[in-house]
Amino acid sequence: MLEVSLEVEKTLNKILDKYNVDEGNIISLLQDIQEAFGYLPEKAVEWFSKELDIPESRFFGVITFYSQFHLKPRGKNLITACCGTACHVKGSDHLIDRLRLDFNLPEGEDTTENGKVTLERVACVGACGIAPVIIINKKIHREMTINKLLRALKGIK
Amino acid sequence: MTRDISVKICMGTGGIAAGGADVLKAFNKELDTAGIEASVEKFCSVHKVGCRGLCAKDVLVDVIINGKKTTYQYVKPDIVPRIVNEHVIKDKPVTDCVADKDYYHFHEKQTKVVLSDCGNIDPEEIDAYMAVDGYKAVKKVLTSSTPEKTIEIIKNSGLRGRGGAGFPTGTKWEICRKTNSRQKYIICNADEGDPGAFMDRSVIEGNPHSVIEGMIIGAYAIDATAGYVYIRAEYPLAVERLRTALKQARKRNLLGKNILKTNLNFDIKVKLGAGAFVCGEETALMASIEGQRGLPRAKPPFPVHSGLWGKPTVINNVETLANIPYIIRKGAKWFSSFGTEKSKGTKVFALTGKTKNTGLIEVPMGISLKEIIYDIGGGIAKEKEFKAVQTGGPSGGCIPAELIDIKMDYESLAKVGSIVGSGGLVVLDNTDCMVSIAKFFLEFTQAESCGKCVPCRIGTKRLLEILDRITEGKGREGDIELLLNLGNDIKASSLCGLGQTAPNPVLSTIKYFRHEYEAHIKDLKCPAAVCKELIEFSINKELCKGCGLCVRVCPSNAITGEKKKPHSLSADICIKCGACFDVCKFGAVKKE
Repeated sequence: MLEVSLEVEKTLNKILDKYNVDEGNIISLLQDIQEAFGYLPEKAVEWFSKELDIPESRFFGVITFYSQFHLKPRGKNLITACCGTACHVKGSDHLIDRLRLDFNLPEGEDTTENGKVTLERVACVGACGIAPVIIINKKIHREMTINKLLRALKGIK
Repeated sequence: MTRDISVKICMGTGGIAAGGADVLKAFNKELDTAGIEASVEKFCSVHKVGCRGLCAKDVLVDVIINGKKTTYQYVKPDIVPRIVNEHVIKDKPVTDCVADKDYYHFHEKQTKVVLSDCGNIDPEEIDAYMAVDGYKAVKKVLTSSTPEKTIEIIKNSGLRGRGGAGFPTGTKWEICRKTNSRQKYIICNADEGDPGAFMDRSVIEGNPHSVIEGMIIGAYAIDATAGYVYIRAEYPLAVERLRTALKQARKRNLLGKNILKTNLNFDIKVKLGAGAFVCGEETALMASIEGQRGLPRAKPPFPVHSGLWGKPTVINNVETLANIPYIIRKGAKWFSSFGTEKSKGTKVFALTGKTKNTGLIEVPMGISLKEIIYDIGGGIAKEKEFKAVQTGGPSGGCIPAELIDIKMDYESLAKVGSIVGSGGLVVLDNTDCMVSIAKFFLEFTQAESCGKCVPCRIGTKRLLEILDRITEGKGREGDIELLLNLGNDIKASSLCGLGQTAPNPVLSTIKYFRHEYEAHIKDLKCPAAVCKELIEFSINKELCKGCGLCVRVCPSNAITGEKKKPHSLSADICIKCGACFDVCKFGAVKKE
């Protein structure tokens, strides 16, 4: 058996119970794991693979298909930048470029090295009437400008 | 005389972002203190309501005294004591924050069916929905109709799927009803993935019970035993309100066993999407509900014959289902009195982009684009010029300014190479580059291509590469023809709707704005001054007042100068982020 602490095992078992009533849905299972740990630890996936006798490849196939699943821990602060059409035509690219620059995030990386910030791009949060939208730690900031952004970021720097 | 007072506060995603929760708190607090003294608190109720449409003016608050409604805009907590003391208690509206004429123009030309109760009722209270005749349609069909008659009504109403394709809803139900199976499913597709669309989110946030009622009626008509709502996880508020509504409906025996003491057994489960655009395609959506990678498959068999877990399944869009209770209650004739000959009823559009008023609108099918942009939208903001409107998101196309009189219905839009789609309308002005817009959509579809079929997986990648080089000033002779050929091939040979429509934004922008592509390739110029590689920033010394705002926002220290004297920008250091241009109040930063 894999080495996981008792506490972790308890959490995993709870998720397993729910899986059984949930029509054996892998996506719901993974959503629950991510909810509990903030990301999908490979060890947890291995654990379920053994418990349920489902090959790991099936789990990873699903995980890598959906953009919502993350195999690496996320930063302490989560900044979500909406890249919907309305936000795009109102300059969301400028805001994202600026965030990358300020947090020193190269293209392809989404979490800072010190684990302080994760910058996430989403297709559309559906708040196009108040574009461009940036969500900082679940708080929605409407009609963002670089100026407003710099002010909002002071709280987390 | 007792006064009947109610205060309604917009608490959709837009309202909450503007501070709706604080305004609600302020009203409750103020009524607790000032209200008790004036003893109005007994007659005064405070409600949170769903989206009012005009999110740009949030927080919107209605104060209704004995049926007389006054709407306030841009309400902040600090104005609340005045509204309570002057209006609620002394009956004198606070004129300086009453909604202006834009708010009324925005609503004048709208016809509300799906949204008729959205923004008027508390979405978290089943009684509020019942007070406006909610769930009467379910009662009506369950007690005094048959599934066949119900399908007949929907067929006669002319309702067509609001998710994009426009398939007649009644016909879909009828085929599924006639398919023999002991197990059938009805699915509500709330995987609203089109960037620039938020109709479904607003309907679920504002009136979740209407969608549930539509699903129960659908289940009765096709004989389904279970239902699913497949909804995006990016819509936390909608998910929460939907779950609350389902719980309330179960308590009232509107879901579960022997619904309203009849033989109908039906319940609804919520399935959260996991962030894949292709799952809006119905076969991919079903694969995702089954817990697999959301890959589409070839049709036929169609879901009505073989859908979820191989059983007959009806998949309807949120807006389609939300129409159902109103059609049953008010009749097919009433519904078909709106719209055109082939496109009946109303359509909810998400009007966004460069118009003065942006937000959620519901209009009769066949209204002209001009009315939407100039009457409802109030024209283009900041005195700029109207250039085009992009409809139907990444699957749609653009409509240029010269076609502004076009009627907004399924047939007319298809004729000009666009689609109604899910209903996103993104208005563009002369500062938007059409090549860059096409590239934006291609970036999206290319990233979201599931990879199952070659034309979509590799074709969209190649399209994007060509667009990339054009916007970088490296376009080649013949690139436009290459885009057209490749685009048409991808359309013809892709497996599912995603690939079949992905080239549309490119093809339609070339059709109407070919000169912009040519300017990028031949003159190495971006006419709208958007594409970074083709523009340069500089400061107009005559207009610069030396306020220093640009210096503060410039991330690369490219701007220098003494306070109160014209500044200068060093093009070698400039990274062209555009921060200075956006922040300058005097229009002194030039880009060309």
